Amino acid sequence: MDDRREILELLLSNAREDTTDLAQQTGLDEATVEECIDSLEADGVVRGYQAIVDWSRLDEEHVQAEIELNVELDRETGYDDISRRIAKFPQVASLRLISGDYDFAVSIEGDSMHDVSRFVAEQIAPIPEVTQTVTHFVMETYKERGVSFGEKDDDDRLSISP
Amino acid sequence: MRIADRVERVPPSGIRRFFELAEEKEEVISLGVGEPDFSAPWAARTAAIDSLERGRTSYTANRGMRELRTEIADHVQRYDLDYDPDEEILVTTGASEALDVAMRAFVDPGDRVAVHQPSYISYVPGVVFAGGQPLAVPTRPENDFALTYEDLANAGAGDAEALMLCYPNNPTGATMSRSELEAVAEFAVEHDLTVLSDEIYAALTYEGEHTSIATLPGMRERTVVFNGFSKAYAMTGLRLGYALGPPEAIRAMNRIHQYSMLSAPTTAQYAALEALQSCGDEVVEMRDQYDRRRRFVLSRFDEMGLDCFEARGAFYAFPHCGGDDERFAEELLRQEDVAVVPGSVFGVGGEGHLRISYATGLDELRTAMNRIERFVDGR
Repeated sequence: MDDRREILELLLSNAREDTTDLAQQTGLDEATVEECIDSLEADGVVRGYQAIVDWSRLDEEHVQAEIELNVELDRETGYDDISRRIAKFPQVASLRLISGDYDFAVSIEGDSMHDVSRFVAEQIAPIPEVTQTVTHFVMETYKERGVSFGEKDDDDRLSISP
Repeated sequence: MRIADRVERVPPSGIRRFFELAEEKEEVISLGVGEPDFSAPWAARTAAIDSLERGRTSYTANRGMRELRTEIADHVQRYDLDYDPDEEILVTTGASEALDVAMRAFVDPGDRVAVHQPSYISYVPGVVFAGGQPLAVPTRPENDFALTYEDLANAGAGDAEALMLCYPNNPTGATMSRSELEAVAEFAVEHDLTVLSDEIYAALTYEGEHTSIATLPGMRERTVVFNGFSKAYAMTGLRLGYALGPPEAIRAMNRIHQYSMLSAPTTAQYAALEALQSCGDEVVEMRDQYDRRRRFVLSRFDEMGLDCFEARGAFYAFPHCGGDDERFAEELLRQEDVAVVPGSVFGVGGEGHLRISYATGLDELRTAMNRIERFVDGR
């Protein structure tokens, strides 16, 4: 594994690791680790750092929905044009062009179901190229980006063993 | 009730006292654990579940399911080991059973068995329980804890009947290169020693390739190799191992195995089969994580000024604590709630060292190393 890939793997599992810790784990010096991270950011490989949040553990309402979006293209308008328009809304957490029965998969986040419904009805559905929206509200998240949301397992190994 | 002499001759495990001390404390970070902190790969676990759902709860063939033996034969070819699944492989209840059965199959009462030390705590009792006489062969830090021809000669191992070998090693993390093993093989051939080679940590080799002594000239016919699924596949609790050896050796071991264990757990055999067939990526991922932790721990000991042997295999660091290792470990546990194992419990040459297991999550490892640093600074 090259240095950049190794640093990337470590950041993927914990983006909060500091440079010293990353250097100690990889055997690289701190300056090299910093260079790797700088180049990953400069090349647009690493686009940002965010927490993985289990919203159900907060006392406030947070609603997520997955929208299936079908569009109709014409000579002047392609997928990229439509995606630019949709991606700019802050409510859109992710936007992907996918293969299969529909064109775009859109993840929406809002404070209430009403917020999300209104956003879809008033901002997404009226886009001229959009021919159909199907909204799926997220009822429970069990795993997000590789992290399971169940209870943490205790380490029940013997405290000392051969 | 009268207890057999050979049982009375083996003192209680040296780690028992530390286990009890650690159990008294509530918030201990344990670096004393000789097993992975990962769970077995999910695919292997589902294979075990599936086997139960299908009611596959009977004994298997004494030697283990043929399908599994065939898969093991394919798997060990990565170490240039070539064994016939019908005649030369025995599936056992953990590598521990393979060790026990081998001792009983190859050691007659009074036979001497050379055991290099420091090494896993079960070897010497294994020899004694088989009626043999253990012969300690100290290895030295200046040789990176590799066993040398001179070590064997100086300890009088030429008069022994068998040699117990374990590389990558628990507790030092030492590995042996092909050329280093060649010297040991030369000694074994010269003195007609049977070699019992525990290679349970083979997949956890971080620098260089693992070499099995059985692949060296003149060794296949005198060597039994042990391996298993506990360490590489994080399947300690499933208790599945295997032995590889020439037909007469496996026949002899199976004779004991078929009257004692009958066959290894069927559920675990299905899990092992799946592990070999589809969990190679998980093994690599776990090994990479251990490797990162290994570098982290070595780097932290370096920062603390604690001389630490640079382990190249298994998941242990073996720092020199500069004095009474039992006292160091006990005070560290009492003052800083960090459990480690004193090196002296692993035999001659372990004194003055600590065994630090890095089969622990990095966050805990980080906290534990900070506590060790505080403890060392305060001494």
